[in-house]
Amino acid sequence: MVDRTFAIARLPGFATIAVTVFVLLYLPIAMLVVFSFNAGDSVAIWEGFSFRWYPEAWSNEAVKAATWRSLQIATAASIIATTVATMAALGTTRRRQTKGQSFVYLMINQPLMVPEIVTAVALLIFFSTIKVATGYQGLGYLIIAHAAFCTPFAYLPIRARLESMDLSLETASADLYASRWQTFRYITLPLVMPGAIAGLMLAFVTSLDDVVITLFVKSAGQDTLPTYMLAQIRRSVSAEVNAISTLLLLLTVVLLTAFFLLTRKRT
Amino acid sequence: MTADPKARAEVRRGWLLSAPALVLLAVGATGPLLIMLVYSFLEPGQYGNVEWVLSFKAWFNVIMNRDIFDGTLTFADAHLSIFWRSAKLALLTTFFAFITGFPTAWFIATRSPGMRTALLFLITIPFWTNLLIRTFAINQIIRNEGFLNTFLLWTGIIKEPIVMLYTDFAVFIGMTYVYLPLMVLPLFATIDRFDMRLLQAGYDLYASRWQLLRYVIVPVVKPGIISGSILVFIPALGAYVTPRILGGGRNMMIGNFIELQFGQGRNWPLGAALSVVLLVIVSVALIVYTRFATSGGNKHHG
Amino acid sequence: MSHDIAVEARDARKVYGQGIGAVTALGGVSLQIRKGEFFTLLGPSGCGKTTLLKLIAGFESPTTGHILLDGSDITFDPPNERPVNTVFQSYALFPHLSVADNIGFGLKMQGRPKAEVAATVTRMLALVRLDKMADRKPGQLSGGQQQRVALARALAPSPKVLLLDEPLSALDLQLRKEMQIELKRLQVETGITFIFVTHDQEEALTMSDRIGVMQSGHLLQVGDPRTIYTRPANRFVASFIGESNFLTGTLDGTALTLDAGPRMSVEAGQGAPTQGRVTAAIRPEQIRITSATLGDGIPAKVTQTVYFGTDTHCRVVLKDGTEITVRLQSPASGDVGLHPGSEVTLKFEPGALIVLPEAA
Repeated sequence: MVDRTFAIARLPGFATIAVTVFVLLYLPIAMLVVFSFNAGDSVAIWEGFSFRWYPEAWSNEAVKAATWRSLQIATAASIIATTVATMAALGTTRRRQTKGQSFVYLMINQPLMVPEIVTAVALLIFFSTIKVATGYQGLGYLIIAHAAFCTPFAYLPIRARLESMDLSLETASADLYASRWQTFRYITLPLVMPGAIAGLMLAFVTSLDDVVITLFVKSAGQDTLPTYMLAQIRRSVSAEVNAISTLLLLLTVVLLTAFFLLTRKRT
Repeated sequence: MTADPKARAEVRRGWLLSAPALVLLAVGATGPLLIMLVYSFLEPGQYGNVEWVLSFKAWFNVIMNRDIFDGTLTFADAHLSIFWRSAKLALLTTFFAFITGFPTAWFIATRSPGMRTALLFLITIPFWTNLLIRTFAINQIIRNEGFLNTFLLWTGIIKEPIVMLYTDFAVFIGMTYVYLPLMVLPLFATIDRFDMRLLQAGYDLYASRWQLLRYVIVPVVKPGIISGSILVFIPALGAYVTPRILGGGRNMMIGNFIELQFGQGRNWPLGAALSVVLLVIVSVALIVYTRFATSGGNKHHG
Repeated sequence: MSHDIAVEARDARKVYGQGIGAVTALGGVSLQIRKGEFFTLLGPSGCGKTTLLKLIAGFESPTTGHILLDGSDITFDPPNERPVNTVFQSYALFPHLSVADNIGFGLKMQGRPKAEVAATVTRMLALVRLDKMADRKPGQLSGGQQQRVALARALAPSPKVLLLDEPLSALDLQLRKEMQIELKRLQVETGITFIFVTHDQEEALTMSDRIGVMQSGHLLQVGDPRTIYTRPANRFVASFIGESNFLTGTLDGTALTLDAGPRMSVEAGQGAPTQGRVTAAIRPEQIRITSATLGDGIPAKVTQTVYFGTDTHCRVVLKDGTEITVRLQSPASGDVGLHPGSEVTLKFEPGALIVLPEAA
């Protein structure tokens, strides 16, 4: 297994630990997926192959509603997050460093630095007051909260994309008679696009996966897929949750692979 | 800053473009934190929420108890043991994630480019995969009727299932499992920049592999070790989902205890105060980290 | 106002920052560049040549002073309203656009009709010999080809002036030589005024109609390559363009008594003193060495010889301690017959010695 070319960088035992880590990292997930196809109830004893848990999960109205709600929130939140993050990235990169810039940077990355439970509690306090004051109980709160903590995830790839972009391209465009708007339309925007799409996907995945903030912000009957699953896990273990998990996993892997290919293919 | 009108217009445009993001984060993240701080100085309401009366009771209650009958002061043992368990588990998780994460990151960084990309992708997938699903996967493995016990019983190694779920051990294993990618990724980033010619120089000067590790590799990749440790420590300390699924009701961490104050506990001010405490601990860790990282960075630049 | 002036800088100053931290990049430069001229700004990095280029292109505005194009003041016109185009050091080709779209970009932005854009692009592709590459992306081209695209893109809108910011520095030696010839050809064919910025003195000498030598934000000398090389205005120009040896002596009219030897007559240098202690410069290839120690000439002792193939460089020391390099053509045998310790006499034409304005 060990590549002789890198013998100089080989450290005793490291390869063994690394391979073990990879195996242990995937084993639980693999088991989860495998047992979503179990014919029986058990998540440990194999009773034969069956698809029964997938239709079973889907026939559950609560699952359907939670899925639909999760997708709605993730779509709205990731679009909002990507839009504001793209604008902020354009406003903060590739120019002389100022104090204001690091303030913006700090604000945008703030959700990454504060423990999720703290943000969740703070939002509960804030939104419960507003809910009482306005009487509005809709998905708006969840969308705002999700958009806020998804913004740093959208911002990072866009910023990286902008920073790797040659500054002289915009200068060249101005030199070739393009107005500010034309430069943005024909040069900056097309070049930023892969970063923005990557950011959109990361934001979508992040929103789709959130448990804690959703749990505290949601009004009664606003379960998303993860909060529904959390409630199920507490109650009883059934392979239905495995089936839902497997589908969510699949979606994440597809989005991540797309993200990966998108950011790798740099011209 | 400058008198140059061009530069000033540029700065103004920068602010305008950043404004929507700033508003969103002020409403959806930063602003509520300040309101939470205010709430920690209020009286709890009878059915949750608060009474708008200034009170320091919540802060007092973070560490002290006043006996309802005779008014004597005692340390809030239950609170302190939760703090202690949280810190202990978070540190243990960080340490174990480092012990396993460092060799993994090194292994990835020393592969051929194609292999490296593939392995890195394999580390990234769990990182972006739903935390709940990953914790749930661990739950299924270690529960009494789970895969591990079933397997051990079947082989005859054990006669009774080993109780692992709903113990501190389960929380520790679960957190190490879910936060490991956070250790590996920054470590990989620094090791990737590590100049492997330093190893040749080291061998040339008679160092053994262990001496190289101790005197060359670890000091050079220190920034990565620190950022990896911070990235694991912060979410581990404030963990909510993992201790809830793997620790059960008795083995609470701060996160679960805070939640309790907003549920059955009906003591929002105490919950707010505890959140502020957690926030302060994390901020201190972050500040120490930035100071350390910047001073270390300066040293490298000479 | 003269009609044959394309670009003029009038006392252009550029200061970055304010107060104590202020840095003067350009310290009041006045310069006239003629129409259809290949003009080179030559100087070491940080001399202000790129700053001057940016002022002409419009990417920066001068702190004080003016920039004129065809006699009209364009000092504060934005770059997209100036009929001036730039070939960037990094080429700055738009990576998401094809070669043809890159070349047509300027015309498209000006709102020219599609047919005209297409025709010009075809013409430009032919001009830079990239006809077959029209649909490629810049990433699929070699360095030399990218360079040609950058040139074609800047020439396509038929600018009044083409600015070239060290465009050849990223190319290897072989390609650089080819592109020098190519650039000169394009300039002659299009008749457009070229302002070329470089730190490479050989590039400047071979391509330019006139050269402006810059140092520390100031223009030291403007002239055609021959004048710059044979009559450098000061010590910096003498040593930056080609190599020079410096001799000290005492001048009385046209009679110069060198500290290291004989008295000789010299031509009066431009702006140079006519009396007192002076420094004079002489090119290494202008000196001849005779092994005889007699006769007029400067007595010297060989300290080192270094073989360079076509040339042999011979280091000698004069009796006042001055070290001098002499460049000799290597003979067929390769051996100039000089060895460390040899006593020799240096000789040169009186006109080869240039009295510099700086005091000794």
